[in-house]
This record gives sequence, C-alpha cells and structure tokens, in this order.
Amino acid sequence: MRGEQINSQNIIARSATSVPSPQERDGGIDTVTKLIDVSRCIGCKACQVACSEWNDLRDEVGECVGEYDNPADLSPNTWQVMRFNEYENEQGNLEWLIRKDNCMHCAEPGCREACPAPGAIVQYANGIVDFNSELCIGCGYCVAGCPFDVPRISKKDGKSYKCTLCSDRVFNGLEPACVKSCPTGSIMFGTKKDMLDLAETRTDFLKSRGFDSAGIYDPSGVGGTHVIYVLQHADKPEIYNDLPRDPRISPMVDAWKGVTKPLMSAAIGLAALTGFFHYVTAGPKELSEEDIEAVRADEAREAERKAEREASERNREERS
Amino acid sequence: MTLRVTRRQFFKLGAAGMATSSMAMLGFAPEPVVASVRHFKLTGAKITRSNCTYCSVGCGVLIYSRGDAAINNIDDVYHVEGDPDHPVSRGSLCPKGAGLLDYIRSESRLKYPMVREPGTNEWQRISWDDALTRIARHMKDDRDANFVTEDGDGNTVNHWTTTGFLAASASTNETAYLTQKMVRSLGMVAFDNQARV
Repeated sequence: MRGEQINSQNIIARSATSVPSPQERDGGIDTVTKLIDVSRCIGCKACQVACSEWNDLRDEVGECVGEYDNPADLSPNTWQVMRFNEYENEQGNLEWLIRKDNCMHCAEPGCREACPAPGAIVQYANGIVDFNSELCIGCGYCVAGCPFDVPRISKKDGKSYKCTLCSDRVFNGLEPACVKSCPTGSIMFGTKKDMLDLAETRTDFLKSRGFDSAGIYDPSGVGGTHVIYVLQHADKPEIYNDLPRDPRISPMVDAWKGVTKPLMSAAIGLAALTGFFHYVTAGPKELSEEDIEAVRADEAREAERKAEREASERNREERS
Repeated sequence: MTLRVTRRQFFKLGAAGMATSSMAMLGFAPEPVVASVRHFKLTGAKITRSNCTYCSVGCGVLIYSRGDAAINNIDDVYHVEGDPDHPVSRGSLCPKGAGLLDYIRSESRLKYPMVREPGTNEWQRISWDDALTRIARHMKDDRDANFVTEDGDGNTVNHWTTTGFLAASASTNETAYLTQKMVRSLGMVAFDNQARV
C-alpha cells in the first residue's frame, strides 16, 4: 500500500513534539525508497526538469560557472541538482561520476531532530520526511541539522524548502516525478525491500564488470535512508561530490535537544514553582504606608489636572 | 491618553504572560495536526494523450488540462508527463520532453499560421484557409513551371526538384505513409523531417 492516504494516523514522528503521534494504524504500509543508480545515469537532467515542473518551481536562470552543474547548487526553487565529478581511476582512465543530489529522507532525520517548531517537519510511516511550510518558522536549524546539507531557506517567505519525495504523488499511488521521467532507468522507486534487492542485482552486475568495490549507499549513521545510491566505488563515497562516508546528526543538535533544552525547561519550571511556594508561604508583598501615600498623592494630582482641563474646555465653549 | 497600570497589576500581567509561555514550552500548547502533503494537483484534470513534438523518438505524453471543454470555458493545460502506456517511452521523458509545459506556454510559441510578405520584415497572422490556399497556389504554380518529365537523355523521370517538404518526425506509421504517398505522388524529391532539429 504505497499510496496510503495521508492522515494523522500514519505520521510516525513530528518535530519538537514530545506527545507521540497517533500511529497505530500503520499496518500494511510499506516504506518507500528511491534508488539512484549512479552507474546508469547519463546526466541528462530530465529528473531536474520533471521536479520543477511537478512542484511548480522555476528557479532564476543563472550564469554558467564552467561546469555541467546547472544550477550550481540547491536552492529553495531547486530541490535536486546533478553533481558532475571527473574521477581518474586506478588505470588512469577518466570516469564521469554524476550524482543526483537531493534529500535522502533519513530514517533518523537530523532536520526533524533539530527543528524547534512543533509539527513543521513530519515523518510518515512510509518513510517520507516532509516539511510543513505552514508551521515552519524559518530558523534554519534544519540546515544545521542535516548531515547532507539539503534544506534551503527562502528569501521570499523565510521558510525552509527541500525535496518532498513528491509526497503528493506518492500518497496518490504514483512514483515521484524524477523517477517517472528518468529515460535510462537510473532512478527507480518501490518498497525499501524491493529497492535493496534491485540494488543488489545492480551491484553484482557492476562487480562482474570489474567494479570490485561497487556497493549500496544506505548509511546506518542516520538509521538508513529512503533514497539509496548504487555506487561504482562504494569504498570512496567522497569522490561523488563529498558524499559523507558516515553521516551522523551533528552532536550540537543532540546537545541542544537532548541535554540543554530539558535542563532549561526544568529551570523555568523550578523558578515558577519557587515563586508559587514563596507566595503561599510568605504571602503577597505588603505595601508600606509611604507607598500608599505616594499612590494617594498621585491620584490627587491626576484629579486636579482633570478638573483644570474640564474648566478650560468649558471656558472655550462659552467664548465660542 | 495614559494607561494607568499599578505596580501590582504590572506584576500580575507579567506573571500571566510568563506562565502562558512556560506552559507552551513545557508542551501544553494545542498540537497542530495539519497534513503537510500538498493538494494532489491532478485531481479532476482532463487527460489527453499526445506525442512529444521534439524528436523522432516520439515519446508518448499525457497532457493534463483544467476545464471540462464546456462551450463557455477555455481549457488550460497545466501539466504534462510521460504516458506509461506508450510503447516507445513507457512514461519516461528526456529533459526537453519533461519541460513541455513551458514549451506549450511559451510566449514565442507559434500558435497560428503567419506570413511574411516579400519585401517586409513583419509577420502577419492569417487564417488556416488562407494559409492552405496560398501554399497550394504556390505549389501548383511552381510545379507547373518546373516539373520535369524527361531528363536530357529522354528517360522518363517525372520529378519536381524546386520545392521541398519538411514533415513531422513524431508521426504514426500511418501518417508517415500518407505523407510519403502525397509528397512522392507530386514528384517531389527533397523530403525531410525535423528529427535532427
């Protein structure tokens, strides 16, 4: 059931929320996965075009920077970009490694961990990590929390954007737009199990063709991902435009969310409690005679001024 | 006007604000359970089968439009994607095909016949009837003037070399057959399509 209709029952986690999301009715939902086979990619960028077309994104026409990377980087209007890398292998031959860079839809997403806005980042039972722009406060913590440097903050509305794995298509039983367009079958879509099987087949094939270190990129540091790669050189992920070897959520995120925030919350609660008990035991602050006199004098002055004002208004009316 | 707040009231207000924000921070705020998934934009669309216009591969596309083609409504194409039932492309498209929507909506797209009269640099819109009549007239005049029945050695050739024909590459076999028949029956020799454009 890839196309399970969206409801609150199949959100398995929400950002900045300690109350568990209703998730009992997740039976029969398979996790989805996008498999990107780098060895089959010809870098045509049909996926990029299909992505902007489906998601109604039109980035500004940029400048040529002397590379095939176009646009040069992800942006709030470009949710995926092909990264072209020239690699000289052991035999001294050129290998053109083209990696489709987009959100990896981690099983343990750093963005969701870091996000302080309740419900702005949700994780569905099918594995999709989605941004709810309505609730996004644009703080940029997700950018810092992402081990793959994917989210981008918009200058237009101050909100964070990234690939949704076409959640709107997937929840209606379709594959993501990039997957559908791919003319070489380099991008495939299905359940995680099926994609791992397919990736295994491709890896075996690559090994039989002399790529001894071919392998699957499904990093365990973030609990596995719902976008996985088949790499010709899985032992050197960094040659694919600095794909992290062992991506992990930044320790700063853990320190803030895991230790600092509960401690500070406790401190605030303690201060409130202390105030309450002080009020109960010591009672409210008593006013001294001087204070009362000062208030009385203040009120008398105000009454005087009011009387003067009224008198002058009456005079003006009489004259006119 | 001066808002008079006593010291005591000021503290009360401050304490109330503090308590509210602390409660929210400690997780007593109402939880928004709004689905983030975007409205599925193909709901209710009219789907029309077509072919990509670019190259001779002729990938199948599905054109999604808004509107039910009622008499007072002009339908609007708003999405194009590959046709999974098409035997050639099975739903996939190249970057040009994947961007067909912007091609359809392009300001510089030719939407009707136009003519540039000799000696001018301006294109003028003409009707389809006018266009077809003028093309037929030009073809007939040129063919009458330049049709060759025999070459210099007396061999029958029946050819017409002064006019060429540029046809569509993304045609079905049947259309291609008819185009070929039509062009060759006129004796036309120069015949090509836009596959290499």
